[in-house]
Amino acid sequence: MQHDDVIWDIIGNKQFCSFKVKTKSQNFCRNEYSITGVCNRSSCPLANSQYATIREEKGQCFLYMKEIERAAFPARMWEKVKLSKNYEKALEQIDENLIYWPRFLRHKCKQRFTKITQYLIRMRKLVLKRQRKLVPLSRKVESREKRKEEKALIAAQLDNAIEKELLERLKQGTYGDIYNFPVYAFDKALEQQDAESESDAEEEEEEDDEVMGGSFYKSLCLMIEKVFYSERVFPFVQDVGQREFVAEDEVEESDLSDFEDMNKLKTSSDEEEQDESSEEEEEEEVQASRSKGKSPANGSLVRKKRAYVEIEYEQETESASRRRTT
Amino acid sequence: FFNKKKNKKAPMKDLKMEEESSGVEKLEPGTTFPPTFSVSEIKNKQRRHQMFMKLKQEKRKQKMQLKKKRRKEREALGDKAPPKEVPKTIENQRVFDETTVDPEDEEIAFDEGTDEFSAYFNGLTNPKVLITTSDRPRGRVVKFCEQLATVIPNAHVYYRRGLALKRIIPQCIARDFTYLIVINQDRQTPNGLVLCHLPDGPTAHFKVSSVRLQKELKRRGKAPTEHSPEVILNNFSTRLGHTIGRLFAALFPQNPQFVGRQVATFHNQRDFIFFRFHRYIFKNEKKVGIQELGPRFTLKLRSLQKGTFDSKYGEFEWVLKRHEMDACRRKFQL
Repeated sequence: MQHDDVIWDIIGNKQFCSFKVKTKSQNFCRNEYSITGVCNRSSCPLANSQYATIREEKGQCFLYMKEIERAAFPARMWEKVKLSKNYEKALEQIDENLIYWPRFLRHKCKQRFTKITQYLIRMRKLVLKRQRKLVPLSRKVESREKRKEEKALIAAQLDNAIEKELLERLKQGTYGDIYNFPVYAFDKALEQQDAESESDAEEEEEEDDEVMGGSFYKSLCLMIEKVFYSERVFPFVQDVGQREFVAEDEVEESDLSDFEDMNKLKTSSDEEEQDESSEEEEEEEVQASRSKGKSPANGSLVRKKRAYVEIEYEQETESASRRRTT
Repeated sequence: FFNKKKNKKAPMKDLKMEEESSGVEKLEPGTTFPPTFSVSEIKNKQRRHQMFMKLKQEKRKQKMQLKKKRRKEREALGDKAPPKEVPKTIENQRVFDETTVDPEDEEIAFDEGTDEFSAYFNGLTNPKVLITTSDRPRGRVVKFCEQLATVIPNAHVYYRRGLALKRIIPQCIARDFTYLIVINQDRQTPNGLVLCHLPDGPTAHFKVSSVRLQKELKRRGKAPTEHSPEVILNNFSTRLGHTIGRLFAALFPQNPQFVGRQVATFHNQRDFIFFRFHRYIFKNEKKVGIQELGPRFTLKLRSLQKGTFDSKYGEFEWVLKRHEMDACRRKFQL
């Protein structure tokens, strides 16, 4: 015989029920057929021989009913009714099946069914929205890539590469008139070639051809057209041939050694000037270029070199131009 | 001792046997044959260790002798010595890629004249970039976005708010944006970048690593100004590399302002793309000084897809397949 009260007496309060979950404020029932999840006298599926639930499988809702007549046959105890997908029709079905059943169970079944349909709708909506995909990272692969990246960074020598590229662009003339450097390498090579005829015009014209214009096809940027050298050259042409007479005192022995170094382009004075200049366009003082074989008795050169020690902001079309002693 | 004796006996035996068996080959007296045993066969650990050390010493000695000999020869020859051999590097040994672009290739020139970037390179469009993140950006990602926006001229940062990319894209196109950058994050640091060229352009997905924000750089210059920077693209040699290079180039306006003296560099080395942002100054025409501003990060291409962002139905031009592509250490894609 089914003695519900006795069962409840045992599992509900006094002794152990394996489905019961105790928390501070409430007891819950983990039984899969429980209609509310709470451990109550009226919602315990074990302690009620007439019981009904709604359960959902793969989007389909079913009404489960338990009757006292089948209490002896555990295999057939729960009767399963498939509910229609239409919400109102399903509610009618519940009513129809649970006619004459206690009000509590009917009400709770309908409540549960409503909740289930709501969460099914939300699931279907979420699938249509953006889904976050979690991609697992393999630790080995990540560490391998990290190491490769470090090695690649070392092999890249970025600073050198960038500097090289910038200098190449300067040589090609992409910067146009902004920087007023004469191109020493041109001069040297050309002067060595035409050792005899050293008129300035010729040399400057040859520079126009941009002997070193052949560049590597590394960069893909389309920059502004190359500005030819000729436009820069003319201001200096006027100054060529001017002579200055300088006192002998100023030519010192130590300066003679400097002439070998003239071909090296850096002087410390230049760099000082550079560092203290502003960020605006600044016209660089043009140094006279000499080849090694020239006579060092050109005092004017020495004087010019001396003057560079001071910090000066120079304008364009400098009087200090390239001097060539022909 | 036994082993050492065995070592010496074995070659003698071999010599005799050889001479008997092959009458055709004439052997020079005194050739030593390699012993038929190896050091690893000795069971005793100490003895094995000793033998191994001996072997190593022998090898080292031979190597030194060889080196000395070569050096002497080189000095003896003086000027006529053959040039020094170039050491092998990964870049030297790179497997030749058949898609390497020849600068004079007409087909490629034609392709590039008519692809999705032609509008930019012909000067018709100006780049306008939208930078955004994935949902709920935190920490460094936000700062990274802001700094990127200062580096790229005409860039706007917008908060994502959980919108779907497929809905964002038509709106961007309507407002004349040319680029969409989405930065993905993992634990508050950026780790992915989706670069989408807008009208109908290719979408590239990169893995981002080693992000250094402006604060974290040493010897940093002041903040980048509003001038358009120049762009340097290094080592994009294959066809795929070309496409990616153009992708980067189109981010920046066509006419850089040399007044600003800023340069953005995308340097490809072994399939890693290093991004740097510098300010340069020419000290004289053989020396230039650069000072790093701006964030730095490295990118690795993960996939390139034709058309705008569509991960399910998009047509992928190139996808990183680790097993195929990482198997050979000398083969690179970009």
